Order: sequence, then structure tokens, then C-alpha cells
Amino acid sequence: MNAIVLAAMGLFIFVLGYRFYSKFVSEKIFKLDPNYVTPAHRFKDGVDFVPTNKFVLWGHHFTSVAGAAPILGPAIAVYWGWLPAVLWVVFGTVFAAGVHDFGTLALSVRNKGQSVGTLAHRLIGQRGKILFLFIILILVLMVNAVFAWVIANLFISYPASVIPVFIQIPLALWIGYAAYKRNMKMLIPSLIALAIMYGTAIVSSQVEFLQIDLVRYMGGAEGAGLFGLGAISSAFFIWIVVLMVYVYIASTLPVWKLLQPRDFINSHQLIVGLAILYLGLLFTNPEITAPATNPGADVSWFPLLFITIACGAISGFHGLVSSGTSSKQLDKETDARFVGYLGAVGEGVLALISIIAVITLFPNREAFSASYSSFAEASSGGLGNFIEGATMLASGLMIPGSVASTIVSIIVVSFAATTLDTSVRLMRYIISELGVEYNVPQLEKKHVATSIAVLSSMALVILPEGPNGFGSGGYLLWPLFGTANQLLAGISLLLVSIWLRKLGRNYMITIIPMVFLMFMTLWAMFQQVFLQWAWYNDQPNTLLFVFGAIIFVFTIWIILTATQALMSKSNPGFSDEDLK
Amino acid sequence: MPISDKLKKLINWYEAVLEHPHRTEIARELRSEDDLFLLMLYSEMLGIPNPVYYYTLELYPYMIEEFHDWHLRMGMEKSPLSGIRCC
Repeated sequence: MNAIVLAAMGLFIFVLGYRFYSKFVSEKIFKLDPNYVTPAHRFKDGVDFVPTNKFVLWGHHFTSVAGAAPILGPAIAVYWGWLPAVLWVVFGTVFAAGVHDFGTLALSVRNKGQSVGTLAHRLIGQRGKILFLFIILILVLMVNAVFAWVIANLFISYPASVIPVFIQIPLALWIGYAAYKRNMKMLIPSLIALAIMYGTAIVSSQVEFLQIDLVRYMGGAEGAGLFGLGAISSAFFIWIVVLMVYVYIASTLPVWKLLQPRDFINSHQLIVGLAILYLGLLFTNPEITAPATNPGADVSWFPLLFITIACGAISGFHGLVSSGTSSKQLDKETDARFVGYLGAVGEGVLALISIIAVITLFPNREAFSASYSSFAEASSGGLGNFIEGATMLASGLMIPGSVASTIVSIIVVSFAATTLDTSVRLMRYIISELGVEYNVPQLEKKHVATSIAVLSSMALVILPEGPNGFGSGGYLLWPLFGTANQLLAGISLLLVSIWLRKLGRNYMITIIPMVFLMFMTLWAMFQQVFLQWAWYNDQPNTLLFVFGAIIFVFTIWIILTATQALMSKSNPGFSDEDLK
Repeated sequence: MPISDKLKKLINWYEAVLEHPHRTEIARELRSEDDLFLLMLYSEMLGIPNPVYYYTLELYPYMIEEFHDWHLRMGMEKSPLSGIRCC
């Protein structure tokens, strides 16, 4: 099958989904009212609550939710063949992710712009809020561990990308300073920064001297390395320590200094990346060489597919963005459809192209099967395959291979590094909040909370024996990351359902994806936690068992309480005003 | 619309997307500076001696609107200071 046809079909379904389904959901179910006074107008303070043009808000929403995860998940999930992955991305986006992102946005707009966490508190009570915080805490802990490994892995595989990635830091600091203190426009400086980064990438991919290859410095893959670990493991160790030191500093700085200017550069990179991939697809016109399904898989796709691809099909993280910032800035309530639904579609478009990049990479079916020989192979090689595939597509635009692979790995590392920064920051806030809750004032201190966040992430990366050698402990947690993310999405959908039911509307559009998602996720978790990791199995894994079991129990608890709220006749948590 | 205008519109939109989160942060920073300024002006009312209170009090009519926003933002429905006649 031709890949352009597949992409066109996927995009066509996205268009239909937005044109018809989202219209139905927003007009018939949510009955959005263009005259409703949104929190942005009602609580307008010029800081958090600001009425914003819907196109601008969409752009911001999309760039906040798009990152490395919609690339990584699909690149692993094509192990089960391209068909299940494409179907889940396309229909998941239309029926689950779109409704979820849109629904949490609308729910928050009708509830004074409060976040999903606060709404969970009102709905399920104090205990619900703490459980919710713990699930998010575990989620961000795993994000740290997974992404630290991913970045270290890319630095080792593509040493030419190291200098351009590190050059981004002083450039971002300069932009932040210029914009904040000198009140300069940001577009031109951030484009210059991008040009410098890519210029360095072109030079460093040609000049070996500029490639920071730790493995080569330690005498190649067979070298001795540090503490008798071997060269590759030592390289992982060094990069992870460097990353953790960096992330400690980055996440304690004010956001305008480093995080935000880096986001400006990253939004250019997102556009450059999407343009290279989709234009390259048009010019190279590749055939799909991967099989549609994989009957000989060593791990069943059902239900694991639905947690392997989280971002790109449905992701709970989007609900945090929808209800955290976007809902406070929505100008008209009817804009929620454009911002929320189309934001999810944007993520689907990214996931679709990363599937296509991988399934057109190999010359034939055998080569694909050799590379994706087992699920473990797929997990460790997925991202590398995406970069090779993207390089192939870029070759259609006359970009030389070594330059293209360096640039693509820079894009992935930049996304992952920003996510790492954000999630350490988030973890710091949650630790402080737990400190307030349990009366441990020390935890409220910035550096204490950050130290706990960084050290526990580092322990998670280094201590457990991962599937891909030293330092890949976090990678073990990828399935668990998907699980926690999906559970978050499920809980948010449940909150939206409760609200719709109290309004007397048809809540099937949210409860069906919720039940589907919860069922798949809990089933997958049950299999992993109790049939694979528990102490009585062949290869027990205490760490994963403990984490998995905690999330599992918490979730059941939340579901039970929330179902009680859903079924009760009264209106817990919602005042009469909210239900108008 | 000619193509150059469309391009201009696109660039303006893109620039607005980039600046959107930044504007929030700058406004937040400025607001906390303003809060500090307010504290300096009326510290006497909170029991912190202020030798120039007599003069800063002259600013009172100009600051009253902002003072109202401030106590609302700090989660107090009514003015916490009996000395300041607010809502």
C-alpha cells in the first residue's frame, strides 16, 4: 500500500471527525453558548485570566501538548503491525482524545476555570484529591526516568547532536533576557537561534572532532569505562548525571528565563519537523513495507496497544493543560471546540506521521521483522527507527542523511528535554503540596522538593536492571507510564460524564470511551502487575510491582467513589450555579 | 486578499502564539512587584514602621482600586485593614 494514501485517509477521517462529530458533541451534547461569560472575562486579571483569540490559543495549546511521547509510543507499537496502530491513533483521536480534550476544557470553563485536580477534590473529596496527586506524582516520576534514558540514548547513538542541543541553552537564556529586559520581539531572535542550532548541526555532522562521543573516548564499545561498568554503560551513567544536574538548575529557574524561550525554539522545530516529514512523504512517495498485522507477536497487542500509544490517541496529560491554562483564556465558550478538539487532532497528525516514518523505512517485510523481532527489541529500537525513517523521508527534500538524522534527533531531544524540565517542575509542586497536606514544612522548600524529585528520578533510572542494559530502568516503566496517563484520561472523562449526567444530557459520548479506556488499562495493568511482576512469578520485579500495585489500588478506589457520585441523585460538588 | 497580506497575517498569528505564554509570565512578575510596592506604601497599617507614611498616604485615592483587587486576589472578600476604607 502507498503511504501517501494511508496518510490521506487518516487526515480525511480527522477532518470528518472535526467537521461533524465535534460539531455534534459541542452543539447537541454540551450545548455551548456563545453568550456565556467565560472565566477569562469574568475573572479577567491580565495574568492568568485573559480572553485570547482562538487561533492563538489553539497554537499555544497544541505546542504545549505536542512532544516526544506521540513519537515514541507509535514507533514502538508498530511492532504489532501498522494497521492496529493506525486504527487506534485515528479513531482514538476522533472519538476519545478529541472528546476528552474538548470535554475537560468545557467542564473547566463552566467551573470557574478550575483544574481537573481541583474538580476531583470537589467531586470525590479530600481523599480523591490526594489519590489524584499521587497518580500524577508517579506519572511525572516515570516521565523523568523514561526521558532521561531516551536523551542519553540519542546522545550516544547520534553524537553529532550533542553540541547543537547544548548550544540551545545559552541561546534560550539570551532570548529570555532580550525579551524580558529589553522588551524585544521574540520571533526574529528565536529564528536566529534555530538557524545557529541547525548550522551547528550541519557542521558537527560532518566534522568528527565536534561529535561528543563518550563511548569512543573510552575506547569503543569494548572499552573498560568507569567503575568496571563497560564503555556504553559508563556513557549512559555520565549523560544521565549531566542531565539530572541540568534539570535541577533548569527547573528551579523562573520559567521566563529558560523554559519559555526554549519553547519558542521548539515550536519552530515542531513546524520544521512536521513540514519535513509531510513534504518528504509527498516527494519520496514511499511504499509501506511493514506487515499490516503481526500474528507471531510474543506479547499480545490486546490490550497492550492501547497503553503503548497514549499521547497521539488519548492522553490524560492534555486534560491538565486544557483545564490548567487554556480554560482560563477562552474568549467564547464555543471556541472550546476549535481549541480542544483540534488540539487533539494536531497530536494525532504527529502520531500518524511517526507511524508512517517507521513503516516505510525498511526495504522489505523481512527487514522489518528482523528489526522488530520481539516486543523488547521494539521498545529499545523504536525511537532509533523513527529517526532513520524520518531521515529517509527527509532525503526526498535533498537533505543529506547524516544532517537529517542529526536534525531529527535534535528535535526529539529538544522536546524530551523540555518535557523533562516541565515534569521535574511539576513534581516539585506536587511534593510541596503533599508537604502542606501532611504538615511537613521542609517539603515546601524549593530546593528540598527539587532534590527529592531529581534524586528519586535518578534512582529510578539507575538502580533497577532494565531491559536495554544499564540506565534503562526507566524504560521498564514505559508501559506503566502509558497506564498512568490513560488512567488520568479515564478519570477526567468520568468527571465530565458526572457533570453531563447532572445536567441531564446524554453522557454516552464520554462514558463509552471512558469504559473502553479503563477496561483496557486495568486489564493490561492486572496482567503486568499480578501475572508478571508479582513475587510469585518466574521473573518478579519488586519495583514495578510496588508502583503498579499502588496505582492499581488507587484507581479502583477513585473509580468506585466516582461511580458512586455518578449514580447518586444529589449534585455532589456542583453548586446550582454550575449546573445552569 | 493578496498573498503578501496573507503571509503577514500568518506571521502575526505565529508571533502571537509565541508571545502568548510569555506575556502571562511578565504580567505575573509585574504584578508581584506591584504588590511589594503596595506593601511598602502601607506597611504602617500592618505594624511595620514607615517613616514616610504621612506622604505615601497621599497616594491612597490613587491606589484604592488596586488595593481592592489585591485583597480579592489574596482571598479576602473584605478589606483586612480597618484603617483603609475599601468595600
